[in-house]
Amino acid sequence: MMYLSIVVVLPIAALVWASRKDGVHAFWTVATQPEAVAALKLSLGAAFLVSLVNAVLGTITAWVLVRDEFRGKNVVNAIIDLPFALPTIVAGLTLLALYGPQTPIGIDVAYTRTAIVLALLFVTLPFVVRTVQPVLLELDRESEEAARSLGASELRVFRSVILPNILPGILSGVALAFARAVGEIGALVLISGNLPYKTEAASVFVFNRIQSGDQSGAAAVAVVMLAISFAVLLAIGGLRWVATRHERA
Amino acid sequence: MSVPRRIGLRAVALFYLAAVLVGPLAMVFYRAFDRGAGHLWDSLSDPNAIHAFKITLILAAIAVPLNTVFGVVCALAIVRRRFPGAGIVNAIVDLPMALSPVVVGLSLFLLYGRTGWFGHWFQAHGVQILFALPSMVIATVFVSLPFVAREVVPTLREIGDEQEQAAHTLGAGGWTTFWRITLPAIRWAVIYGVVLTTARCLGEYGAVAVVSGHIEGQTETATLRVQDAYENFDLAGAYGISIVLAVMSVIVLVAMTFLKPKEATS
Amino acid sequence: MSIEISNVSKRFGDFQALDDVTVDVGTGSLTALLGPSGSGKSTLLRIVAGLEWPDSGEIRLAGEDATALTPQKRGVGFVFQHYAAFKHMTVRENVAFGLKIRKRPKDEVTRKVKELLDLVQLQGFGDRYPAQLSGGQRQRMALARALAPEPNVLLLDEPFGALDARVRAELRVWLRRLHEETHTTTVFVTHDQEEAMEVADSVVVMNRGRVEQIAGPRELYDAPANEFVMSFVGQANRFGDSWVRPHDLEVALSPNGTTREAMVERVTHLGFEVRVELARDDGEPFAVQLTRDEAERLELERGQIVYVRPIRETTFA
Repeated sequence: MMYLSIVVVLPIAALVWASRKDGVHAFWTVATQPEAVAALKLSLGAAFLVSLVNAVLGTITAWVLVRDEFRGKNVVNAIIDLPFALPTIVAGLTLLALYGPQTPIGIDVAYTRTAIVLALLFVTLPFVVRTVQPVLLELDRESEEAARSLGASELRVFRSVILPNILPGILSGVALAFARAVGEIGALVLISGNLPYKTEAASVFVFNRIQSGDQSGAAAVAVVMLAISFAVLLAIGGLRWVATRHERA
Repeated sequence: MSVPRRIGLRAVALFYLAAVLVGPLAMVFYRAFDRGAGHLWDSLSDPNAIHAFKITLILAAIAVPLNTVFGVVCALAIVRRRFPGAGIVNAIVDLPMALSPVVVGLSLFLLYGRTGWFGHWFQAHGVQILFALPSMVIATVFVSLPFVAREVVPTLREIGDEQEQAAHTLGAGGWTTFWRITLPAIRWAVIYGVVLTTARCLGEYGAVAVVSGHIEGQTETATLRVQDAYENFDLAGAYGISIVLAVMSVIVLVAMTFLKPKEATS
Repeated sequence: MSIEISNVSKRFGDFQALDDVTVDVGTGSLTALLGPSGSGKSTLLRIVAGLEWPDSGEIRLAGEDATALTPQKRGVGFVFQHYAAFKHMTVRENVAFGLKIRKRPKDEVTRKVKELLDLVQLQGFGDRYPAQLSGGQRQRMALARALAPEPNVLLLDEPFGALDARVRAELRVWLRRLHEETHTTTVFVTHDQEEAMEVADSVVVMNRGRVEQIAGPRELYDAPANEFVMSFVGQANRFGDSWVRPHDLEVALSPNGTTREAMVERVTHLGFEVRVELARDDGEPFAVQLTRDEAERLELERGQIVYVRPIRETTFA
């Protein structure tokens, strides 16, 4: 049974190694090219911003879906998964349709950084919502009642009882959203315009370099992105461990 | 919670969803039919478009079954057999979810390209990997790897192995137990995983874009075609294919909603 | 602080949980709300606490109308059946919570918490997490937490329901002792009539959203207001229209005028008491309670025919 996974794992491991190997000599010089640095900065910055927005709005959305009741709630709940189901390139196209040159509502942000943020918000939308929902569902409502009976205001109840318990969920979702945002390509290709130094994300930079034959340039930035992915995976595991230490007897 | 606050939160959430998700999606449907359904049909029956869909479906038809089998086997190994390194395998299975598709594409490019590790070997045997279907298959398999495994693992954990133990005491061998006891117990998780895997295959862009070379009529998937059409100012074509993909996604979404293992709303 | 519940009704969908309930709880008393599941007792308690709102009726706390007050403003301490512990806080932090909300000075908080932990015998457990405590310990922590802000009323919702028999018995004694020390008006909900009788001064018997009787334990047992109370509080046998307690039946080996014939089905020795299950001449089963000596004298055996007569019976109009 194990050999099947090895068949797939080995190529993955080899791939990882291959990409690192190729950039070995000129790696540092290539990786610190101004254009590469600008692209990485843009991706990281955008990912950071998007993660923050998701942390807040995603939690609110999860809250509304779990605690509120209104007609059509089930449909709304289903829509959350749309970014998982829709091809990213179509996502880019749809955003372009509404917020681009032929916008019907007067908002044209195509080929700007705003467009990048918008596209990333689309693709990362489900992450925090879906990680927070199950935690909210499992919350012991009686602890909230206990806090109220002890005199805590609603805000205090949220701060002292609810938030500490949903925080691990929020953090997991944020980490996933961050990783996704840094690596996203499909949604950005059409809408961001790919102007170097201005709206060229790291993923697009790599893509363009491959097209133009600069493999080492591409590989250098790709390795940095790889490292970020690993770091994020580790972070998720670590965060979960820290946040649940009070459950270990 | 007080009524105004509740309504306020609801409004914030709904507005956010409308602005980011629903609005844009509605626009695509609108635009595609903008110049009439006839025009839409023309752009869809373009032979290149049809070919692109064919390629997409072929890739999915290969990747989905492969990853389903792998996913189930892997989940069984992780949950039922305690072996050292199970944690690492788990992490590796999760890797495609955290990796950028371009990074995946580049790795494959470097591995199977002319100067790559395996490139020589394949070149010598006259087998074309890059810029042809094989690399696209590998890319699609890679990016859609985790889904079945990730859905099956928690389900397997939850059911526990008591049923399987009971089957063994009643005389059932390994394969019988798997087929009659384990598989039925995890079948909804598997189905849900298959739906997610299929969605991922249909929607894949980045990795396949890198390894395929975008050769019109030969190595273009539907998603690549959308980009191609748009960049060649064939808006109708781009929207046309997008509509089909969007409709497929909605079907996938509906399937996801009904098959979802746990209730996520109270 | 006294509690006046006046004409409270509450409905959940089709289900009438409370139907025009009126109860007066005196200051400093220890009252039990007793009844089977679905009788409305927990709902009533939660309405007093402000965790639910009545459809109609009034709640007055210390004479003031509290019906519209949020739980934060009522000054009630509430203890939940499943503890409702703040899982992410230590025992100390849990107990201190109510005081921190009220912005009490730090040294006062530390002092009070220590006092309370000593009171509930959890000294030394201050830095543990609820997950590391046993059920009984968690409930004691919950009690300390509810008592910390010095509430005027202490409300407990089936506080010992989730604990095993021995811990339950210990905590019952404990609760009564606590009440004797603090004299806080206390109301607790239970479906266990033994618990109500053992702990409370005054018992409110409820059934299907209505109050059946309010009385002290002794009166409840000796002078039940209706059939429900008679059969719910203590054991009772039904003979036609009248009800007879198992220890109010005389058993003889030979007939004697007004006796009825019955056959012994089972004899169970419960230490000092002996419980005899019999079937009457019409096949109806009933039970008699005898002391050990009485049972020995009669030398009862399975299948034996005996003759029973009620010494005392109760009939309801």
